[in-house]
Amino acid sequence: MKSIILKAAAGFLLPLLLLFSLFLLLRGHYLPGGGFVGGLVASIAFVLHAFAGGMKKGQKYFPFHPGFLMPVGLLLAFLSALLPMVTGDGAFMTGLWYPHPVPVIGMLGTALFFDLGVYLLVVGVTLTIIFTIVEAA
Amino acid sequence: MDVIMALLIGLLYAAGIFMMFRRSLVKLIIGVILLGNGVNLLIFLLGRLVKGKPPIIAADAKVLVEGAYADPVPQALILTAIVISFGLQAFAIVLIKRAYKVVHTDDLDDINTREEEE
Amino acid sequence: MTGFLLLGPLLLRFATAIALMFAWRQIVWQRYISLVGEALAVTASAVLLWQVQTKGTLVMQAGNWAAPYGISFVVDSFSAMLLLVASMVGLGVSLFAAGSMLNNRLRFGFYPIYHFLLAGISGAFLAGDIFNLYVWFEVMIISSFVLLTLGGERSQIEGAVKYFTLNFLASIIFLTALAMLYGLTGTLNMADLSLRLAQVEQRSLVDICAFILFVAFGIKSAVFPLYFWLPASYHTPPVAVTAIFGGLLTKVGVYAIIRVFTLLFPWDAFIEQMLGAVAVLTILSGGLGALVQKHVVKSVSWLIICHIGFMLAAVATHNQQALAGALFYMVHDMVAKTGVFLATGIMYRLVASHLYSKMGGVMQKHPGWSVLLVIPLFSLVGIPPLSGFWPKLSMLIGMATAEKWWFFGAVLVGSFITLVVVMRLWIEVFWKPASQEEVVGFRYFKQYPTAKQGAMLLGMLVMVGCSLLIVYGAPQLQSWSLQAAEDLLSPQVYLEQVLKIGKEIEP
Repeated sequence: MKSIILKAAAGFLLPLLLLFSLFLLLRGHYLPGGGFVGGLVASIAFVLHAFAGGMKKGQKYFPFHPGFLMPVGLLLAFLSALLPMVTGDGAFMTGLWYPHPVPVIGMLGTALFFDLGVYLLVVGVTLTIIFTIVEAA
Repeated sequence: MDVIMALLIGLLYAAGIFMMFRRSLVKLIIGVILLGNGVNLLIFLLGRLVKGKPPIIAADAKVLVEGAYADPVPQALILTAIVISFGLQAFAIVLIKRAYKVVHTDDLDDINTREEEE
Repeated sequence: MTGFLLLGPLLLRFATAIALMFAWRQIVWQRYISLVGEALAVTASAVLLWQVQTKGTLVMQAGNWAAPYGISFVVDSFSAMLLLVASMVGLGVSLFAAGSMLNNRLRFGFYPIYHFLLAGISGAFLAGDIFNLYVWFEVMIISSFVLLTLGGERSQIEGAVKYFTLNFLASIIFLTALAMLYGLTGTLNMADLSLRLAQVEQRSLVDICAFILFVAFGIKSAVFPLYFWLPASYHTPPVAVTAIFGGLLTKVGVYAIIRVFTLLFPWDAFIEQMLGAVAVLTILSGGLGALVQKHVVKSVSWLIICHIGFMLAAVATHNQQALAGALFYMVHDMVAKTGVFLATGIMYRLVASHLYSKMGGVMQKHPGWSVLLVIPLFSLVGIPPLSGFWPKLSMLIGMATAEKWWFFGAVLVGSFITLVVVMRLWIEVFWKPASQEEVVGFRYFKQYPTAKQGAMLLGMLVMVGCSLLIVYGAPQLQSWSLQAAEDLLSPQVYLEQVLKIGKEIEP
């Protein structure tokens, strides 16, 4: 798609959308948002860039294949679900929370890391799907 | 509101199944998507509609009043179902793309040829 | 510690799959990781079965949320038995795949997805929450879609379109039933549903829910009249994939049927007639389908349908003896079907064809293989003392005591058809003189490297060993099945375990 407006806008939108996706990720525990939505917004940022400037340009922002994010995200989510079983008598996926709030992030706990894993997984899956479809077309 | 939702769900189911019965692969996928949306709305409806209230019980609430908050379970179920149907639909789209490339047709009837030859 | 014990088989599959995804390009390593992961899963499942047999039903509430509100994971002796057999089948197929699977398919992630499939299956056996069961079904189904299409040959894509459509429809129907159940009772925990469904006043709505759920599980376990996706797709993927599908996937559907119709819905005449009629028709249509096939894998695929009918008929009989037979039959069927499908793979590599008309001479040229393959093939029929005989005996005794002569007759007819199909296979493939010259350019078994030949042989040996183990352990398995059937028919233990533990945690 050749549009100078979209091209110019995509450059500004990429960091904005990424920041928004992080915002969604962090507020997700108590308010609408979370890892899945955040991950989708983040992948939209890259897809938009790819639309505006061609697939090559979109992929350029990724130093590695987005597929690599899948096992990383899965591992993070898996470990944070497993942690309460290792450390205490907690059952699978029990939330462990750091007792004091951390600035910007809020409460820190395993749920956040689980969400972060979901975020990475969603970014990895969505970008792999879209880049593969576009490349094959 | 409930009646409108029920009608809408019925419409989505009917349209989805109608589309699935057509012979075109693309219409099959459209039918699949419509059915997926219909069932999500059905979960939402059967979890009882509460207008304009979040699925959160107020921190100072002493008694649980029905209708003061929405049931969070259907929302969680729908979110899960949406994520799953997202994955399934992505797979389905790639599958029909691949099928078109290999079989060179969009017609479901022509996909059977192979079996009768054997 | 209960957590690790109970979720062990599931967590190990996930850990293996994640490790395999990190090793995406190292296809040599993937074989070893998969084998080690599956061997550990077998151990974990064996320990779990032992614990369940000594301590009784185990329960874990995810996130420590009390029972009707959180998600429960429950293992009783029924699911523990199936978990162990599923892991053993998984190990055998993983070994076989290490030898038979083309590098091309391994590069597209056969092994990681294979382990996600197994994770989905073990999750389905562990789920104590019906929505959770749906999620595990989806994990399983999505993985199976990928395994089915891996390689992207024309026949595979054609089979996959049918497989996808019907299974997706089943998921939608399943979700519809869940929505109705939630609307009726306001809960999704199976133990809680069991208590609340009994109190619902509009019985017709409960029957409609039961019917819709049966349609959903019926599509997934390939019962009459919704089975046609199975013979259309199962012969298309590589043999290791067909073996794991034929061995485990439909049986998970049967597991869900047994669980739902013993625990959730109070047994009534409607359910009995529905299950019974479908069971008899499934046996007959599956058997007749198997008789007319000229393709080895297709005829065995039709036999899957026929044998699903056996289990359903035993469930519909609804007494302890028959239900115990059904549970035991599931254990046997998982092993025997996988063994037979792997055997068809070996036969294909020996004679270069899947069609009866072009096969032959295996006995003459490969006597060693013939001796090995006779065990899975005739276990399927249930020739005494091989493994199919004992569960069938238990089912038949149960049906006779309940005086369900229709089921009794149908099972006998089905067994007879199975005998005819397997005998014909044996005559056409093994006894008949070879009917075609060696095909030039075909990769015969002997042309594989020794290591790969060894892997395939070992995979086959694991399945044969499991089959013989079932024969050896038949009395033990029968007593476990009787116990499990008793627990299923009077689910008080299950309910107490799930709901009581919830109460202890509440402050």
